[in-house]
Amino acid sequence: MISFDAVTKDFAGRRAVGPLSVTLEAGQFVALLGGSGCGKTTTLKMINGLITPTSGVVRVAGAVVGDEPLHRLRRRIGYVFQEVGLFPHMSVAENIAMGPRLAGWDGPRARARVAELLELVALPADCGARLPGTFSGGQRQRVGVARALAAGPSVMLMDEPFGALDPVTRDALGRDFRALHERLGLTTVMVTHDMMEALLLADRIIVLDQGQVRADGSPRDLMGVQSDPVVAALMETPRRQARRLEALAHG
Amino acid sequence: MDDRILAAWRLLPGYLSQHVLLSLCALGIGFAISLPLAVAASRSATVRWPSLFVASLIQTIPSLALLALFYPLLLALSTLTRSWFGWGFAALGFLPSVMALTLYSMLPILRNGVAGLRGVDPAVMEAARGIGLTGSQQLLWVQLPLSAPVIMAGVRTAAVWTIGAATLATPVGQTCLGNYIFQGLQTENWVFVLFGCAAAAVLALAADQLLGLIEAGLTHRRRSLILLGSAGLVIGSVVALLPIFTASAGPSYKIGAKNFAEQYILARVMADQVSATGAKATVSEDLGSATAYRALAAGEIDAYVDYTGTLWTNVLDRHDNPGREAMLAEVKTALMRRDGVRLFGPLGYENAYVLAMRPDRARALGIRSLADLSAKAPSLKFGADLEFLSRPEWTALRKAYGLGFGAMTSYQPTFMYRSLEDGSVDVISAFSSDGRIAADHLVVLADPKQALPPYDAVILLAPGRAEDARLAKAFKPLLGAISVEAMRQANYSVDRPGDKLSIAAAARRLERRAGTGAPR
Repeated sequence: MISFDAVTKDFAGRRAVGPLSVTLEAGQFVALLGGSGCGKTTTLKMINGLITPTSGVVRVAGAVVGDEPLHRLRRRIGYVFQEVGLFPHMSVAENIAMGPRLAGWDGPRARARVAELLELVALPADCGARLPGTFSGGQRQRVGVARALAAGPSVMLMDEPFGALDPVTRDALGRDFRALHERLGLTTVMVTHDMMEALLLADRIIVLDQGQVRADGSPRDLMGVQSDPVVAALMETPRRQARRLEALAHG
Repeated sequence: MDDRILAAWRLLPGYLSQHVLLSLCALGIGFAISLPLAVAASRSATVRWPSLFVASLIQTIPSLALLALFYPLLLALSTLTRSWFGWGFAALGFLPSVMALTLYSMLPILRNGVAGLRGVDPAVMEAARGIGLTGSQQLLWVQLPLSAPVIMAGVRTAAVWTIGAATLATPVGQTCLGNYIFQGLQTENWVFVLFGCAAAAVLALAADQLLGLIEAGLTHRRRSLILLGSAGLVIGSVVALLPIFTASAGPSYKIGAKNFAEQYILARVMADQVSATGAKATVSEDLGSATAYRALAAGEIDAYVDYTGTLWTNVLDRHDNPGREAMLAEVKTALMRRDGVRLFGPLGYENAYVLAMRPDRARALGIRSLADLSAKAPSLKFGADLEFLSRPEWTALRKAYGLGFGAMTSYQPTFMYRSLEDGSVDVISAFSSDGRIAADHLVVLADPKQALPPYDAVILLAPGRAEDARLAKAFKPLLGAISVEAMRQANYSVDRPGDKLSIAAAARRLERRAGTGAPR
């Protein structure tokens, strides 16, 4: 579905990513994991062309990114990021309808889609007329997800989408989105620095360090990686949390 | 109501409509240039720094000078196009004013535009890109709407500046609210000066408030405020511009006037005479001495009054003095031959440059002529009008009498007389037809060497109007009809400190006295 073929990206002569060769299967929920500066966001943004590779080729559904005008590619790919970036001068409904509008849907069809999406992301049906500024952080990100899904993309790119939310909200949104991923048959790539989140949501976790793949596998596979110090450090927090909970539960 | 306030009210529709038209055009063009420039500048530093630098630089040029500079520039351009394509344009009036004010209006729109466009939340712009908006959709749907309040604040500043600076368009021949101010300064008609200032201030405030409504509407996303402000602007502009739309068609003549009271009165008299023939006549006031002649030769004004001595030295660059009659005849043939300008005829009086002193000072120093003056000059202070010290007459005087003053200062004519009165200066450059000479009993110093040429007031017609029957009919009765006494009184009636007449009233009185009064 998505493939990186010997992709590199340099910023001001400094290597940020690569060389990277990875293939992501359709329908997978993939977490790109790593500390700050590991190249995970850069990798993600090369999929929808927000960042252009220095060398190598990125393909989405077989087509090379950059061959067609990028705005057309982006209309087929949902994009959600931590700051959400809702258009503050448009109502929630107008925000969500942006994708359908770009795809040339007519008014009634777009309105029906907005209602459908508000329900899908568990927002009240009557909130469409409100401006984004009146919403809480969690609600805003639900709108962000609805906006990204509106035009019916098959791929979702998410850059620490729930990173700014409190833990309870974050967990609720994560679970809700994982359910949507199943229901809609999406291919999802999510950037996160939180191993716990990756373990809970993803089918496949790719650990990046200094722009290189450090580990790549299912959550269960990653549990087995003991030798690599980077992976071990990332796993340390969830392990300790689990041990603590275990201890509390058994007195 | 005070006669002068009434006179000012009567002029308001004409002045206001021109002022509004000028400001609207300058702002509109300024906005149309600045906004795309701001978009380009917000994206590229190589556009941003030069454009902001140039716009700031323009702002440092005094607005009066900026307006004045456009006249020679356009005149040269017009001469070029005329010789290359046989087609020229008016270098005086609307065009230079609108160009200078456009430049003037650009900085606040450009600066706020760049700040507003660059100030849009980067996350929102990333979302716009990420969702698949094209470059122009990002600009039109997201970036411009979000920066609109900041841009609008810039437009507001530009509007206030432009409306204020537009009052300075009078000296380049564009009618506007500044006509009150310049005319008032010249004739010490403070009611006019205040009226002009107040009218411009009210106009600027009204525009500022209405644009403020739109700005508030954009900021708080209240469509009603935007509509209210826009409706106010449109209705206000249409009402103010009505006199232009309703102006009657038909032959129209433009009479020029230099920047002093006598010229205002004579231009009014000439315009009245033209109106009496059923044609339309407008007065273009406050032209500089050289500007007026060039404007006439270029056909931008149709007629004005100049003086033989001025034409002799300034236009024909002659420095000898052949005597009054010979000079008149020679000027007449030379102007026709050189520029196709017709010297229609003399009005009958002279407005010569003279040097004048207060009688008590002259007596105490024993000065009666320029020859007496030359010995005492090093210890005396000289006050000249704004032109005199750069005119050939001054060079001639200095050469003939070896004049060298202890100090020299240039004044607006009004303030020049004031300075003589309060003793700030001892000698001034005066005009022989000036009413204040008689009123203040000033001593006019004799010129035994005839260093100063004669200055017969003459009507000049533009090349295209040289054989115009209507103008000939209108101006014929004025020839030889105005005595120096009549002119002095007319000048004094608008210059005197109290009981002033309006220019129009002084013109009517002069017409009656000259026996040419148009029926009214």
